[in-house]
Amino acid sequence: MIIANNVTKQYGKLKALDNVSVTCNKGECVILIGPNGSGKTTLIKCILGMAIPDSGFITFDKKNINKDWAYRAAIGYMPQIGKYPENMTIGQLLGMMKDIRNTQQVLDEDLIVGFKLNSLLHKRMGTLSGGTTQKVSAALAFLFNPAVLILDEPTAGLDPIASEILKEKIIAEKDNGKLILVTSHVLSDLDDLVTEVIYMQEGKLCFHQSIEILRQNTGEEKLAKAIATIMLKNA
Amino acid sequence: MTDILRSRIMIIYTIVLLATSLSLFSLEDNANKGLLSLLNIILIIVPLFSLLFSTIYIYNSAEFIELLVSQPLQRKSIWLSFSVGLAISLSMAFVIGIGVPVLLFQFNAIGFLLLIVGILLTVIFVAIALWAAVQIRDKAKGIGLAILLWMYFSLLFDGFVLFLLFQFADYPLEKPMILVSALNPIDLGRILILLQLDISAMMGYTGAIFKDFFGTIAGVTIAFITLTLWIIIPLYFSTHKFNRKDL
Repeated sequence: MIIANNVTKQYGKLKALDNVSVTCNKGECVILIGPNGSGKTTLIKCILGMAIPDSGFITFDKKNINKDWAYRAAIGYMPQIGKYPENMTIGQLLGMMKDIRNTQQVLDEDLIVGFKLNSLLHKRMGTLSGGTTQKVSAALAFLFNPAVLILDEPTAGLDPIASEILKEKIIAEKDNGKLILVTSHVLSDLDDLVTEVIYMQEGKLCFHQSIEILRQNTGEEKLAKAIATIMLKNA
Repeated sequence: MTDILRSRIMIIYTIVLLATSLSLFSLEDNANKGLLSLLNIILIIVPLFSLLFSTIYIYNSAEFIELLVSQPLQRKSIWLSFSVGLAISLSMAFVIGIGVPVLLFQFNAIGFLLLIVGILLTVIFVAIALWAAVQIRDKAKGIGLAILLWMYFSLLFDGFVLFLLFQFADYPLEKPMILVSALNPIDLGRILILLQLDISAMMGYTGAIFKDFFGTIAGVTIAFITLTLWIIIPLYFSTHKFNRKDL
């Protein structure tokens, strides 16, 4: 579904992405991991069209995303830090997003219900705690039944109950045949839902493997340990 | 689609803004210095307020703009709806804050001219602020640039013109000066209104030369066209830049 081809992106002297090529397909739950500043967020930004690659290209459903914008209707994005206009209420924000999407299909309000956001609809975004804002971001990402979900550090800032709800939702959507792309550094959190692992370092793609192969190669059952083994090998 | 987006966000911001600017402007108005003091407010505070509010608003919405860019929307329409939203809400604040008192006490052609110039200045400085905000990534630097631009237009430019006039005092500068005045929307607005008020004592050095030119209908028309260009050109450049920008 998403194919990145030799994508390079440079911020000044820093090479945020260096010749990265990735292929992601439906029904996968891909986790992007790597140390801070390894280019995870930049890659996501390139996929979303927020940053424009210096060279290389990205295709979405076999169409080049450069200068296209309609493809984003099929993506739900949950940012790492969601900040919204302070004076809007949750209800107005949801209404506005619905206006933007202008969709006829049934809305997926599982997370709104799950996070009990319905009782907070009149609250202004500026008064919400960081965790509640994250819940709103998550609910928005899932609201329109997108074929691809891109979640940037989804469990950061969520309390254990909420992050459990979110994980269950992610698993359910994966089983529905959706592509889920997650970045995270809290590895143990996502052990049970990941199918593919992409490890990045200093803008380069170190490996892209399915979790089973990774487990076999390293002989470790836990994802965190498997990654640690690989990191040690690379170092 | 984006219309709704615009109005939904902006209605709320307008209300907040109205409250602040109303209290600000009506405080000044109570001092009862009349139209002239209002003119000074318009020429100094309106550009500053529009510039600062718009830049800060854009920087504060950085994450929200990112989120909007990740939605199926064209970048151009996101940027334009931000500009239109800012321009409309700031203009509304201006019309209510300044316009209502003016229309109450000075219901005549000059009052209307004052209003139109004020609205144009508001929009011009929103456009300039957006340009500054899109050029510079860092919030502090961007706001600094906005303040610098304001200082340039309201203070430095007059000094620069004065300097030019003294340096080239031996040459006939009347015609070139008209061109130079087009380089500063604040001056252009001031000249337009002062000429209508017929208070030549209030005119700065820049203003004194233009009676012949801006006294005519054609001159006024050209002045308004220039002011409109001051909106369109920065807006064009900022949209162009935003289309290519990495967020």
